[in-house]
Amino acid sequence: MSDMLSAAFITVFIATVISQAMPLMLAAVGETIGEQAGILNLGIEGVMLVGAYAGFVATLISGSFWIGMLAGALGGVAANLAMLVLNVSLGLNQIVIGLAVTLIGEGITTVLYLQNYSKSPASLGQQPKLLIPGLGDIPVVGPAVFQQSGIFWILILLILGLAFVLARTTWGLSTRSAGQKPSSLDAAGGSVIRTRSIAVVVNGMLVGLGGAYLSLLTTATFSPFLTNGLGFIAIVITMLSRGRILVVMITSLVYGLTVAIGPALQLIGFTVPADIIKMLPFIIVILMLIIFARSSVVPPALGTTYIRGAR
Amino acid sequence: MTTTASSDVISLRGITKAFPGVVANNNVSLDIVSGQVHCLLGENGAGKSTLISILAGMQRPDSGTVSIGGVPVDISSPKVAVDLGIGVVHQHSTLVPAFTVLENLMLGESGVMLDKTRAKQRLEELADLLGVRIDPYALTSDLGLGQQQQVEIAKAMWKGSRLLVLDEPTSMLTPQAIAHLGTSIERVKARGLAVMLVTHKLREAYAMGDCVTILRDGRSVGHITVDELASYSEQKAQDKILAAMFGDNLASVGDVASELAGAAEATREMRTFALESRPIRLELRGVSSRGSGRDIEADDISFTVREGEILGIAGIDGHGQGALSELVAGQRLASSGTVLFDGVDITRIGVRSRQQLGVRYVTDDRLHEGTIGSMSVALNLVIKRIGEHPFWRAGRIQPKAVDVEAERLIDEYDIRTPSPDTRAGTLSGGNIQKILLARELTNGARFVVVNKPTYGLDLKTVHLVRQLLIDFTAHGGSVLLLSTDLDELIELSDRVEVISRGRLVGSVVNDGVGTAEKVGQYMTGAIEGTR
Amino acid sequence: MNTDTNAAGGIFQGFVRSVVPVLLALVVSGLIMLAIGSSPTDFFAGVWKYGLTGNNWQRSLALMSPLLIVAVGLIVAFRGQLWNLGYNGQYLLGAVVASGLGPILFGVMPTALATIVVFIVAVLAGAVWSLIPAILKAHYGTNEIITSLVMSFIAVGVVNLLIKGVFKDPKVTTPQTQVISDDNLLPFIPGTQIHIGFVIAILLAVVAQFVLTRTSFGLRVDIFGASPKAARHVGLNSTWMVILLFAISSGLIAFAGSIDILGQFSYQRADWSPRYGDAVMPLVFLARFRPVAAIPFVGFYAVLATGGTLAAQQAGLNVDFLLVIVGLILLSMTITEYIGDRRRLGQSYLSPGLRSSLLRPFRNGSQRMSV
Repeated sequence: MSDMLSAAFITVFIATVISQAMPLMLAAVGETIGEQAGILNLGIEGVMLVGAYAGFVATLISGSFWIGMLAGALGGVAANLAMLVLNVSLGLNQIVIGLAVTLIGEGITTVLYLQNYSKSPASLGQQPKLLIPGLGDIPVVGPAVFQQSGIFWILILLILGLAFVLARTTWGLSTRSAGQKPSSLDAAGGSVIRTRSIAVVVNGMLVGLGGAYLSLLTTATFSPFLTNGLGFIAIVITMLSRGRILVVMITSLVYGLTVAIGPALQLIGFTVPADIIKMLPFIIVILMLIIFARSSVVPPALGTTYIRGAR
Repeated sequence: MTTTASSDVISLRGITKAFPGVVANNNVSLDIVSGQVHCLLGENGAGKSTLISILAGMQRPDSGTVSIGGVPVDISSPKVAVDLGIGVVHQHSTLVPAFTVLENLMLGESGVMLDKTRAKQRLEELADLLGVRIDPYALTSDLGLGQQQQVEIAKAMWKGSRLLVLDEPTSMLTPQAIAHLGTSIERVKARGLAVMLVTHKLREAYAMGDCVTILRDGRSVGHITVDELASYSEQKAQDKILAAMFGDNLASVGDVASELAGAAEATREMRTFALESRPIRLELRGVSSRGSGRDIEADDISFTVREGEILGIAGIDGHGQGALSELVAGQRLASSGTVLFDGVDITRIGVRSRQQLGVRYVTDDRLHEGTIGSMSVALNLVIKRIGEHPFWRAGRIQPKAVDVEAERLIDEYDIRTPSPDTRAGTLSGGNIQKILLARELTNGARFVVVNKPTYGLDLKTVHLVRQLLIDFTAHGGSVLLLSTDLDELIELSDRVEVISRGRLVGSVVNDGVGTAEKVGQYMTGAIEGTR
Repeated sequence: MNTDTNAAGGIFQGFVRSVVPVLLALVVSGLIMLAIGSSPTDFFAGVWKYGLTGNNWQRSLALMSPLLIVAVGLIVAFRGQLWNLGYNGQYLLGAVVASGLGPILFGVMPTALATIVVFIVAVLAGAVWSLIPAILKAHYGTNEIITSLVMSFIAVGVVNLLIKGVFKDPKVTTPQTQVISDDNLLPFIPGTQIHIGFVIAILLAVVAQFVLTRTSFGLRVDIFGASPKAARHVGLNSTWMVILLFAISSGLIAFAGSIDILGQFSYQRADWSPRYGDAVMPLVFLARFRPVAAIPFVGFYAVLATGGTLAAQQAGLNVDFLLVIVGLILLSMTITEYIGDRRRLGQSYLSPGLRSSLLRPFRNGSQRMSV
């Protein structure tokens, strides 16, 4: 029992929470921006995997985690191209396209990985950490929170920056109107297509970053179907957070908590079967959906295609 | 930035726009001069909305030109229209309900950051100009319809304009809000802007317009100049306009045309039978509704409707009419109170059973609720009788029986459709409404709830619908008529109740001239000092 | 009688619009194979060889049984515009009823009786599992895509726990259920190696087609699917509809799971999920939600999957490439429909409501095991 309360343990625990929460947070923030513009990206699972794989390969080849993250972002944007061209430009059904992207993403990343790496599974090692002087020395919390890699801090800044942009810039306002009532944006002289296109690109970038974070920093490797439903959890979190990025951040940390609890309990002597740990986030989600049944409010124009002058 | 109005004339020449099956605008030409209110008058379906959408940049004409100050312009998108100084207030709101007033006004601004200070300043300027007060931080969905319209006008004028277009601005307003609108228009005009007012009501054209262009079937059939209109009395203007609209047919159309075109206050022929002696068909006692919470619920409503009576419910749109209709029809639960039909308590009885008892509902949402667009006309006509003999036997559909019934109803109600198997969604609004009426008024109907039955319909169908309702009551049926059109209520109802925020706030017996005033008083009294 | 007006020309065009996406997808997947260094000709030749020749066609038909039943289950819900995406979990629940409960029952009662009991319990398990998503949707309008999906993940966990726990075969170290002996499995169609599940599946499709297109119940489903608002207006009980359709859909999919165990596998391993629903989903769209029309599409995929599993290894490709093919079919379907709409080629797949409705795919919790 005393093991659990040891400083070292708590440090590891907090670090685990953060590392488990980040991929989800990134994906959910990306999905938030997309959904605020009216795009429900069901391809998120596939996009995340593409980002994860791209990051993995890039880091192996270049030896740099930063390049890996960049590759993940680009991979994510590329994976979202189908949605961009087929849905935003041509107006085809968002849901079906998303489904297809997930299938293809899963298939391609699995095939490529097994083809190239199954015989020599690679591990990436640890990313060099950035020590923040002063703060990093706070006992217990210090090492956990303030000795994260530089990548972590950049990403946090990115997320906070996006929250600011969404609320305070003209682009943010246009984006939100595209999801609320695209005809308003059109009548005001804005371009629904351009606004949604940018949202799709940002969504791809963030989801790809989430995937890359997962493979580079959280697990330090890639394996087929690595995301294991994470993209979908991101969608649920997005819907429950109703467009508020700060809420997304908090909910993601809660998710990190539920995942980190398993090993923690094991230390005390409770061996919780892995299956229950895997189920836990979903059980919590269902309970939340039941309790807050009315709360998952989505932007009214989510999933719809905007056609000027449609009946 | 102040409102700088240019004195360029906006000219439309030979504007033609066709859609599959209909020529919406046919060689329409007119001039809009600054400092004047140019009224575009025509019935529903005459082509007014298409012309407006061309000016707004939502559509491009097939041929013809729009020029400003003699220079032809191509209004290729709403952005271009805004840049040219054309501001349009559409019939249906283009504001985002979830945004604040300020956010709605800042939408479409250039620049990277949202400049709230500058926006607030501009709003104040425009509010002053219009003679109103608008709270920048109010949530748009919380505003009353009249106030929302003021915000829309401000938005239309946001970037400095030369032309303000108002599309059917008074259709959902209270008399008080209409007066405010009139003041705002005067002030805008005084500033030198050109104003185009689109309406189907003659009275409005005379009262608010400086000159009038009359559209009929896509063509411009007449124009009354500024001088002419100024010199005409209301009666003469009315005659001229009707002559332009109906030509030689004026004699045959008669007084109905002038009434329908909203020329004078409608007066109802008095029907001399004694209503009090007739049995009560429907009675509501203290009924409140409980729905999904997205619109205003009915709150402690009580009234009676007798055999052969038409009870009108007047009120501003969105004040519980939907809840009341659904309550009577059985689609919405009553959380308290009793509903009695022929003296029998039907409060807990569902839609189907009520239909079988003779209680019917003609919904205002004819496209998405009243009919299923993807299904055939024939099927839509029998759709409330699924499983019933002779249309279904042992669960299987009997196509011949359905067709026979469909042909009968199509014939009787003059539903214009290529065939009974045509998809209902392809029919015009008027014919879809006829499907609803054919279905609800027949086959044992004894009580019909009709919600906005003539909204958006052309004159001929409007006349037909009203006649059908009168005939229905002449044969012993009863009608609960909910409408935002005061003229319609007064023409048809024996009594009028006024609904406001889900409650009934006043009752007027329709026994002569003056009913409209009394109803109007109840409506404004109900909202005075609040919205 | 209702939504379709089919002239002979319309049928031909419908055929074209159904087949072209598949062909397009196969071509593109061939190109991708070339890009990653595998041989498309090897692969497709392998599909033909291992899917059809010799006795292999029988294995393909056997695979059709669960696929077709899952397809019918999906169609029932989709026609009502209810996106039951919890199919993976529902299938596994039905399977575990057969693999876990089966051995116990076979020990105490005659085979036929035990089989019927297993089937009934499986259907009930699936139906009950869909109650939460159904009720949340019926009463609060909660998006059923998410709820059915989440329940699926939970089901996967529950099934794993059962297989590793109560239902575990004590004689074996790997977590799996007891193998059911041959005489307790479903009999073969005489003269073949295809178990009668195939016949049951075909019968189900035919019955479903009849009920959905020719009865008043089917019309009610269509109305409900076209517009819930209109459905309420017409007098249908929306709450009941949602619950009933979900129950039938999940029940059928769970049934498919039990048939698969009693006909094909005879036991169930932990962390195993064949994800039939994911593969069948586009086929159901291509068949325009008609059970009988789904038969040839399901047949095609059954051959592709049966042959493809072995062909993939031969061509140096991982079997999960099938996912890519299915995804490409979906994409090419949307493109074909777009082009078809522009040229007004016959009737579209997607009902008008689909364009603006929220649909959701799948996500699974366990790894795919090579079957």
